[in-house]
Amino acid sequence: MSDFEEHRYDVVIIGAGGAGLRAAIAAREAGMRTAIICKSLFGKAHTVMAEGGIAASMGNVNSNDNWQVHFRDTMRGGKFLNNPRMAELHAKEAPDRVWELETYGALFDRTPDGRISQRNFGGHEYPRLAHVGDRTGLELIRTLQQKIVSLQQADGREAGLNEASDDMLKVFAELTVTELLHDASGAVAGAFGYWRESGRFVVFRAPAVVLATGGIGKSFKVTSNSWEYTGDGHALALRAGSTLLNMEFVQFHPTGMVWPPSVKGILVTESVRGDGGVLRNSDGKRFMFDYVPDVFRKQYADNEDEADRWYKDPENNKRTPDLLPRDEVARAINSEVKAGRGSPHGGVFLDVSTRLPKEEIIRRLPSMHHQFKELADVDITAEPMEVGPTCHYVMGGVEVDPDSAAAARVPGLFAAGEVAGGMHGSNRLGGNSLSDLLVFGRRAGIGAAEYVAVLGNNYPVASESAIAEASATALAPFQIEGGENPYTLHQELQQTMNDLVGIIRNASEVQQALDTLADLKARARKVSVEGHRQFNPGWHLALDLQNMVAVSECVARAALLREESRGGHTRDDFPAMSAQWRQRNLICSAVFGPAGLEAINVVEQPIPSIRPDLLDLFDREELAKYLTASELPVAAADTDGDSS
Amino acid sequence: MTYSAKFRVWRGDAEAGDLQDFTVEVNEGEVVLDIIHRLQATQASDLAVRWNCKAGKCGSCSAEVNGRPRLLCMTRMSTFTEAETITVTPMRAFPVIRDLVTDVSFNYQKAREVPAFAPPADLAPGEYRMQQIDVQRSQEFRKCIECFLCQDTCHVVRDHEENKQSFAGPRFLMRIAELDMHPLDTLDRKDQAQDEFGLGMCNITKCCTEVCPEHIKITDNALIPMKERVADRKYDPLVWLGNKILRRS
Repeated sequence: MSDFEEHRYDVVIIGAGGAGLRAAIAAREAGMRTAIICKSLFGKAHTVMAEGGIAASMGNVNSNDNWQVHFRDTMRGGKFLNNPRMAELHAKEAPDRVWELETYGALFDRTPDGRISQRNFGGHEYPRLAHVGDRTGLELIRTLQQKIVSLQQADGREAGLNEASDDMLKVFAELTVTELLHDASGAVAGAFGYWRESGRFVVFRAPAVVLATGGIGKSFKVTSNSWEYTGDGHALALRAGSTLLNMEFVQFHPTGMVWPPSVKGILVTESVRGDGGVLRNSDGKRFMFDYVPDVFRKQYADNEDEADRWYKDPENNKRTPDLLPRDEVARAINSEVKAGRGSPHGGVFLDVSTRLPKEEIIRRLPSMHHQFKELADVDITAEPMEVGPTCHYVMGGVEVDPDSAAAARVPGLFAAGEVAGGMHGSNRLGGNSLSDLLVFGRRAGIGAAEYVAVLGNNYPVASESAIAEASATALAPFQIEGGENPYTLHQELQQTMNDLVGIIRNASEVQQALDTLADLKARARKVSVEGHRQFNPGWHLALDLQNMVAVSECVARAALLREESRGGHTRDDFPAMSAQWRQRNLICSAVFGPAGLEAINVVEQPIPSIRPDLLDLFDREELAKYLTASELPVAAADTDGDSS
Repeated sequence: MTYSAKFRVWRGDAEAGDLQDFTVEVNEGEVVLDIIHRLQATQASDLAVRWNCKAGKCGSCSAEVNGRPRLLCMTRMSTFTEAETITVTPMRAFPVIRDLVTDVSFNYQKAREVPAFAPPADLAPGEYRMQQIDVQRSQEFRKCIECFLCQDTCHVVRDHEENKQSFAGPRFLMRIAELDMHPLDTLDRKDQAQDEFGLGMCNITKCCTEVCPEHIKITDNALIPMKERVADRKYDPLVWLGNKILRRS
C-alpha cells in the first residue's frame, strides 16, 4: 500500500466550475468546513467557455417576462422530458442568483436605465440572457472565484489573521479524484485522488460529496469541450452505486468552427444569431425557414421579412428560425451538408458581416471577432464564418432529487450542474446552463450541509481496504509492460462515438459502437504508461479513459433502447417523437464484477408527472403535441367545445 | 501543406533540465499547442503541459515561444517559416514544476491579498444601478483570463525574485484599478496600491500590455490612471495640509 496525505472536511466538492463554486459558497455559509477540488488551476474550469449569457426572467428588457414564461420555454426546449420540478425551481430562482452575483462584484452589460441588460437567445421568448459581451462564462467564474477569496479573507479576519484563511474553505487545485469512498452501508465517507503535480495520493474524509464535474464531451472527436470533460462525476456516481438518467441525450451545438482542422469543434456562440447573424447554405439561401417543425410553427416566422422585423419589433412579429432550439438547428445544418449544399469545409455559412455594422460586431461579439481572426484568419466583420455541429453538452446525468440535489441511492452524494440530469430534458436551451449551475449549485451546497447537520458526529467511516484498492487501481497502468498507448485508445473512442453515436443514430450503428466499446473497455484496462507519477499526462489520460469508456457505454446503451427522436437523440430508424416514450426515463446503473464496474444496465422508469398548475401554463393544443391523451388535463368546456 | 518542423522543447524539473530536439509533423492551420499534443501522443507521452480550452479563453497554456511569453493555443504555426526551429520553454518568472508546467502560486497568493469588492451596505440584490459607460472601464480589466503572461514578462519580477514580496505585478495592480473604478465599490484603494502592492515600482514600460493575449491596455488604462489617482491624493494641497495637521496633533 502506498502513502497518502489525509484531510477531514464536512463537505467535499469535486469540480470548481460554476456549480461547484456556488455549492462551496452555500456550504461554507451554512457553517460547513468545505473543500473544493479541481482538476485544473483555480479559475480555469470549463464554465469560462460559456459565451452567450445567463438566462433569468428579470424582465429588464421586456417586462412581460416572468418565471412562468421561462419555465414554458425550458419545457418546450427539452421537449417536455424535463424534470418539471427542476425546471420550475430553475425558472423561479434564476433572477435572484444573477442579482446576487452583482453583490459579489460581477459587472454585467447595462440597460439605458442602469439595470442588467438582457439579450435574445434560441428558444427564449423574450430577451432574457444577462451577459458581458460574449464572455459571460469568464465573468461568472471570476466572480465566484473572487467571492471564494472574499470568504477566505473574512475567515482570516475572524481568526485575527492578516491574511486569508484556508481553515473553513480551501481550494485543492490540480487534484483529480479517482474514487469515492463509502462505509459498509454505502453512505459516502470521502474521496480518493491524486495531486496532478506530484502524483501523490490524497484521502479526503467527509460525509458529504458534491459532484460538480461537468460533462462528457471528450468522448467525442468533434467537441467544444476541454480535456477535463471526461465524465468523471458520472462514472464516480455509477461506481458508488448511484444512477444516471437519460444519458442518450447529448447536445450537438449547431455552430462550432469547422476550419482549420486543429480548431474543429471550438464553439461559435449562439449570440451571433441572437444579435442578428443568419445561417446560409452554399446557394446563399437562409435555409432555416425550411426546417421549422410543427410544434414550433406558432413561435417562428416563415419568411425573411417578418424574421428581420422581429429584431426591432418582437411584439408584432415572429422570431427568426435561426434561433430555433439547438437540436433543430444542428439537424438542419447536418441535412444541408448531406444534401450537398454545405460550405467548402463541410459546414454552412454563418453571416453577421452583412447584418451589422463593423463597429457593432466588434462591440457585441469581441471574442468571436478575436477567435476567428487569430485562429482561422477570417474577419467576421467582412466575410461569413463556416460552422457545423459540435458535441457541446450532455443533458443526461446523475439522477437527483430536485430540491436538495441529492443523488439517487447513495446517502451523502449530491450532484449539480452539467453532471446532474433531468433539468434540461432532451435538449438544453442556450443560457439555461449558467443559471442551472447557480440555482442547483446553491441547492446542492445547502442540501449537503443539511445532510451533514443531521448526522451529528456520526460521520461514516471508509474502509482501509477500499483506500488500498483505490491506490492499486490508480497505479495499475505503471505495472503493465508493453500495453497500448492511452492516446491511441482515446482517439479510437472519440472516432467511434462521433461516427456511430453522434448527431444522427440508428440501431445497427449503435450496436456496432457497443461492440467496439466492449473491445475498448478490455483494452483500456491494459494500457501502459511511461515515465513517473510527477505531472504525467499519459498516466492521467489512462485513468480518465476508464471513465470515458463507462460513460460512453451508458450513452450508447440508452441510445439503442430509446426508439424515438427527441431533442439531443435522433434515430433515423425512428424519426418521430413518441408520446409513449415521453413517459419513460432511462436509468443507467453499474453491474459490478470482480474487476469493478463490468457493464452498464439500462432500465425504464416512469417520468414524474407535471403538476396541474404547471400544466395550466400551456394550452391544451400544445400539450397534445407532446403528451398522451390520458395525460392531458381534463378538457374544460370552453376550450374543446365538446361539453355535450 | 504537411511538413516536418524542428522543435526544441525544455524538459526537466525543479532540479535540472535542458532543451530536447524533436522533429514533428505540422499540418495546415495548426497552433503550437497542437504540435505539443502530437509530441505527447507520438514521441513523449509524459511531456507535461497545462491546457484547457484551446481557444484562448482559459489562460492555461502559457509558456514562452522563441523567448516570447505566449499562449500556446493562440500561436499559429503559420507565423513561422518551415525552416525555423521553434523553441518552447516554460514561463521564466515562475519556478518550474516539470517541463512546460510552472508553479504559479505566487499569483494566487497575490489574489488573496487584494481586499474584495465592498458594496454599499444599504443596497439590496437587484437594486444595483450602473451606467454602461461607468462599468466599461472595469469591464475591460475583467476580460483578463489570468494567463499570467504579464506577470511573467514584467521586469520588476522576471529576474528579481526579491521583488515578489512587495510587488503584486500588473495582473493584480490592474485588479486593484478595476475595483477602484467599480462604480459601487466603497473602499479607497489608492494608498494600499502604492504602499502594499508596489504600484510605484512599475515604470510603465508597457511590456505587460504587449504580451496580453486579450489586448487589454494594462499600462495605459489601468496602471497609469491608478498612478494618477495615487498622485492626485499625495499632491493634493488640501490632503497634504490635512495630513500635516493630523500628524502634528
